[in-house]
Amino acid sequence: MAMFLAITAALFVAIVLVLVRLFAGPTLYDRVLAVNTFGTLTVLVLSALGFVTERPDFLDIAMLYALVNFVGTIAILKFFRYRSFGRIRPEPEER
Amino acid sequence: MTANLIGIAIIDIVFFTLLVLTAIAILRQRNLFAVAMLSGVFSLLSAGLFVTLDAMDVAFTEAAVGAGISTVLMLGTLALTSRDEAKRPRSALLPLFVCLVAGAALVYGTLDMPPFGAVDNPIQTHVAPEYIARTPTDIGIPNVVAAVLASYRGFDTLGEVVVVFAALVAVLLMLGTSGRRTNGKNGKEE
Repeated sequence: MAMFLAITAALFVAIVLVLVRLFAGPTLYDRVLAVNTFGTLTVLVLSALGFVTERPDFLDIAMLYALVNFVGTIAILKFFRYRSFGRIRPEPEER
Repeated sequence: MTANLIGIAIIDIVFFTLLVLTAIAILRQRNLFAVAMLSGVFSLLSAGLFVTLDAMDVAFTEAAVGAGISTVLMLGTLALTSRDEAKRPRSALLPLFVCLVAGAALVYGTLDMPPFGAVDNPIQTHVAPEYIARTPTDIGIPNVVAAVLASYRGFDTLGEVVVVFAALVAVLLMLGTSGRRTNGKNGKEE
């Protein structure tokens, strides 16, 4: 049990590092990557928490987070590709 | 067991700290795309808090709606508006004062609430035991929350579904026309 608590603490350290990159991140790609990594770390934290509290149904919600994270990242990147802000591919007539 | 409880309390405190940091970052950030990203992270953090509070169904909803759909909707809105937040000409002192007073009133209101998770709270003694006792014979499924939502309060849930569906149709109508035009343009380019 102490092992899982140690794992959770290590994951929280990683989350703080990712949040630093998210807050500071100079470019938008840093932020997209930080959000994606944050979602993955949340999945891992929830799985570890499920074993700390001995409730395996945490794994279900961790799986849902993984799916939402994947779909969200795809949506963000597709937004980059097709409706860019002008950095990736300038669109002359954006209404 | 107490070591576990202390560990979970520490995890809660860490979650709340990160939540506050994210909220401050959202306030200070002027780039609206970064704000959309940060609000997705905010939703994921609050969903994690709901999980540690054992509110599985709320956490499911928060993860799907808050982190998933609303981030996508905000990005779709960003395509229609500008990328940066406009500078505010007025001072924010009066809104800050109103927020502080309202927050203090809410905190004062929670002082009268029964302790969290106590066995003799009104919510544990009023109708919950009846639902728990009758669900196996009335409905016959193991999940009491699902039985309450889908059967005992079926009409209520039907009304909620109608409201959510109407809101979804309205949002798609608002965002949809521009999206179709952009898609057609990109379709020609590909």
